[in-house]
Amino acid sequence: MSRRLRLLVLGVGGAGLAVLFALAAFRLPRFGGTFHPYGQRTLPNALARHTPNVISSINFDQRALDTLGEELILMASALAAVLVLRTVRAEQEDSAGEHAYGPAQVFDALRITGYLLLPVTLMTGVYIVAHGYLSPGGGFQGGVVLGSAIHLVYLAGDYPALARIRPVPMFEAGEALAAGAFVVLALWFAGQVKAMNAVVGLEVGCAFVLALAKFFEQALLVRKDS
Amino acid sequence: MTHLPYLIPGWILLVGVYGIVTSRNLVHAVVCLSVAQSATYVLLLTVGYQKKATAPVFSDIKPTRNVVDPLVQAMTLTDIVVGATVTALLLALTVQVAKRRGTVDPDQLRSLEP
Repeated sequence: MSRRLRLLVLGVGGAGLAVLFALAAFRLPRFGGTFHPYGQRTLPNALARHTPNVISSINFDQRALDTLGEELILMASALAAVLVLRTVRAEQEDSAGEHAYGPAQVFDALRITGYLLLPVTLMTGVYIVAHGYLSPGGGFQGGVVLGSAIHLVYLAGDYPALARIRPVPMFEAGEALAAGAFVVLALWFAGQVKAMNAVVGLEVGCAFVLALAKFFEQALLVRKDS
Repeated sequence: MTHLPYLIPGWILLVGVYGIVTSRNLVHAVVCLSVAQSATYVLLLTVGYQKKATAPVFSDIKPTRNVVDPLVQAMTLTDIVVGATVTALLLALTVQVAKRRGTVDPDQLRSLEP
């Protein structure tokens, strides 16, 4: 399909979508109004179960089964990313020690900032996970903070150091264990918001680290056989 | 005037789709898909908004206080997580396409196999 034809099809489709969307939007309840039937039904339930953060209550208690599906999508796509990025036959992988991206090219001030921020960021991640039932936050958000925190080592130091502090098999095991634990929690113990937050935090953190590890390998270590 | 905010997600969606269709780079297309998807976050939050209401976290406010719809916010969280994982997977596929075909221009990727 030529670019012109494609743009034409897009124009027709986009205009149709815009008209239908506008027609639908003007039939919605007034913006900022008080008509929220579903939200109002969730509030008393969340308060009755002593979960001040209503969003955590919805995710891990009232709609725990949906979150189970989301969790499995997360695991499946992390797994798929790892599979897609595996080293293929015609390539070989350098060992992590051969590349010391970092100290030589990084300013001392930046390096110190990175090392200082690492414990603070890890602590923030743990706080966001642990207080997810009480204040804004939870396993998903905290897990991402935790997963990205250890990459400060790469930004501040070097790749070998990062490879040392994140042994990939351990994170694979952690990911699988956390996913299994979440299935058990969601099916039999839904409503254990604190435990579910912790498990989700572990799983998201592990998935994040694994996917980033594969991208790092592709960018730094894999090269084609010549 | 009371319905105009609902049109913003529609506009974001169209901008994202336009970006995908005219894209000349798969990474750009993946980012445009993220833009198109963020329309759903905005739509969900717009639907749940309520005037003079606060965030649905009751640790420091009275239970009688008006709050915005927490259900759509929880769905937005789900949406963001799934969107991020899809982006990661698509970028992984882009890396492999670049390695196998030597290009990331969608127009030059015609057949399925070289």
